[in-house]
Amino acid sequence: MKGTLKLAYKLLVNDTAKFSALLLGITFAVFLMMFVTSMFVGVLNHASATVINIGSTLWIMDPAVQTVANTVGIPDYVLDAVRSMQGVKYAVPLYSGGGLAKLSDGTYQSVNIIGLDDTSLLGRPELVEGKIEDIYAENGFIAVRDAEFSKLENPHIGSEFSLNDNRGVIVGIAKVATSGLYGTPTLYTTYERAAQYLPNPRYTISYVLVEPKSAADVQRIKQQVNALGYLALTKEEFMQRTADFFVYKTGGGTNMLIMVIISFLVGLSISGQTFYTFILENLERFGALKAIGAKSRDLVGMILFQATFTAITGYGLGVGLSVLLIWLAKLRLPSYAAMLSFGNLAIGLAMVSIIAGISSYAGIRRVLRIDPFEIFRG
Amino acid sequence: MPRVAIQAKGLVKWFGEGEAKTTALKEVELEAYFGEMVYIVGPSGSGKTTLLSVLSGILKPNEGSVQVEDVAIWTLDVDHLAEFRLNKIGFVFQDFHLFPRLTTAENVAIPLILKKKEWDASVREAEGYLEIVGLKGREDIPPVKLSGGEQQRVAIARAMVSQPDILIMDEPTASLDGDTGNAILSFVRKNILNENRCIVVVTHDSRIYEFATRILQMEDGRLKPTTEKSAK
Repeated sequence: MKGTLKLAYKLLVNDTAKFSALLLGITFAVFLMMFVTSMFVGVLNHASATVINIGSTLWIMDPAVQTVANTVGIPDYVLDAVRSMQGVKYAVPLYSGGGLAKLSDGTYQSVNIIGLDDTSLLGRPELVEGKIEDIYAENGFIAVRDAEFSKLENPHIGSEFSLNDNRGVIVGIAKVATSGLYGTPTLYTTYERAAQYLPNPRYTISYVLVEPKSAADVQRIKQQVNALGYLALTKEEFMQRTADFFVYKTGGGTNMLIMVIISFLVGLSISGQTFYTFILENLERFGALKAIGAKSRDLVGMILFQATFTAITGYGLGVGLSVLLIWLAKLRLPSYAAMLSFGNLAIGLAMVSIIAGISSYAGIRRVLRIDPFEIFRG
Repeated sequence: MPRVAIQAKGLVKWFGEGEAKTTALKEVELEAYFGEMVYIVGPSGSGKTTLLSVLSGILKPNEGSVQVEDVAIWTLDVDHLAEFRLNKIGFVFQDFHLFPRLTTAENVAIPLILKKKEWDASVREAEGYLEIVGLKGREDIPPVKLSGGEQQRVAIARAMVSQPDILIMDEPTASLDGDTGNAILSFVRKNILNENRCIVVVTHDSRIYEFATRILQMEDGRLKPTTEKSAK
């Protein structure tokens, strides 16, 4: 480490009380911010669980659909029309809806039913028990082993339940990438069986899943679907549409923004004040350094280093604390909707950078203004 | 013929403007030579510290010039002046201004570190200077655990570590008892002063006058005729 930076480092960390207060401020601010945003990201991720788990390239839906859980039926002719569009490799229907399952002990449990295309089973989950072809067996359903699995009385292959007085049998246990947001267990079956077992509106297709012949065909398919009066979204666009709904139409985004601002202000007030006090208390010494022959750029470099070192250390501790708490929470609540993303980390880093920048700016101004003559005058 | 270390001509320094204007230095002329330990003495408010600051490149005079060796220091820009101070002038401040969070050796090493010398080498070199000022074995403790006299020795070691030609000492005995003050100045006179170094001391402590080679009396911003002293 460069000598003046090591000097700055020692001046900072050897003042244990001040350094601890600085770290506490930054860590707490980062923790607050990371935790709030990670919960929000977790919620958004869970809200798009079906999109993630099915994994289709293109989703065709009614333009009124806001989130994947809020389905609007599509007439069968749309499926036929899409299949005949240029650039479409294949297109299959998907059923997505809710039902009330009566379990073996007589209790009722809300379930999320995904009906996969009978021919292709496009979007089928990865099975951990059983064979996928058993989904075609009489009354066959596949249960997803996620955080809500126990709500189905921890079923095993052969477990029975009834759905609208139709018998259902668990023929496989699957795992998925993401569990749902609403705390309901998920059952996979075929499209035909889902449509048969559940009360139907006029149209039973929730979404048409499309695989384009090439990436270049995506735009062309979207235009053709649009001309039909429907909406085609890529997987990412559909996830973004779902996220936008929660961010802009539920007040969730505003709440998150408020929490980020609060955590920023907490961090700035604690760390900024402490850092400025630290500079003030060391002002005489900075003056002495100036008198001895330190150049302004040396002093600026020292202060920037101190602010940056504190910010990065506090950031690391804040992120670590967030990860620890999320991990502990998930031990107790496996479906706990919190998730750290690169976005969270970047926002946190930007926040501590601003805090460090403002803190060091005030300190630098003060140090540059100090007249070494004051050191002589005492 | 002794070599001139510091030459000041027509120094005028005032503070404030209008009715609040106070003139601290009034046409001060001074020459200090290598091998000298010059005392600037006088009552509080006479302008001693202002003169010391102007001579050492800390405070710019309103009029006049200061030549240290061959360099007219007040023609240098801020960065060059800082570099000049770092290389040519050692400072012993009245309140020492040691860093309480650093060890004694690290405190002494600061001028070397500011000169971009590598940290470990600077600290090792500083330890040698601590030995010179009689503080061997105290390298790794913070200065707050030292007595006032020992802290003063640390400050002297810090001032000497970059081997400056000029040593500036501002009220070096202000925080010390009489015996310790005498011991420190005696040490400086015997061990620090040499024919290639000039030491300028500002003090109003008459108990240490005996260690000066020359005493300049400052009064109301002017230097009075000098008192030559024999070498001690």
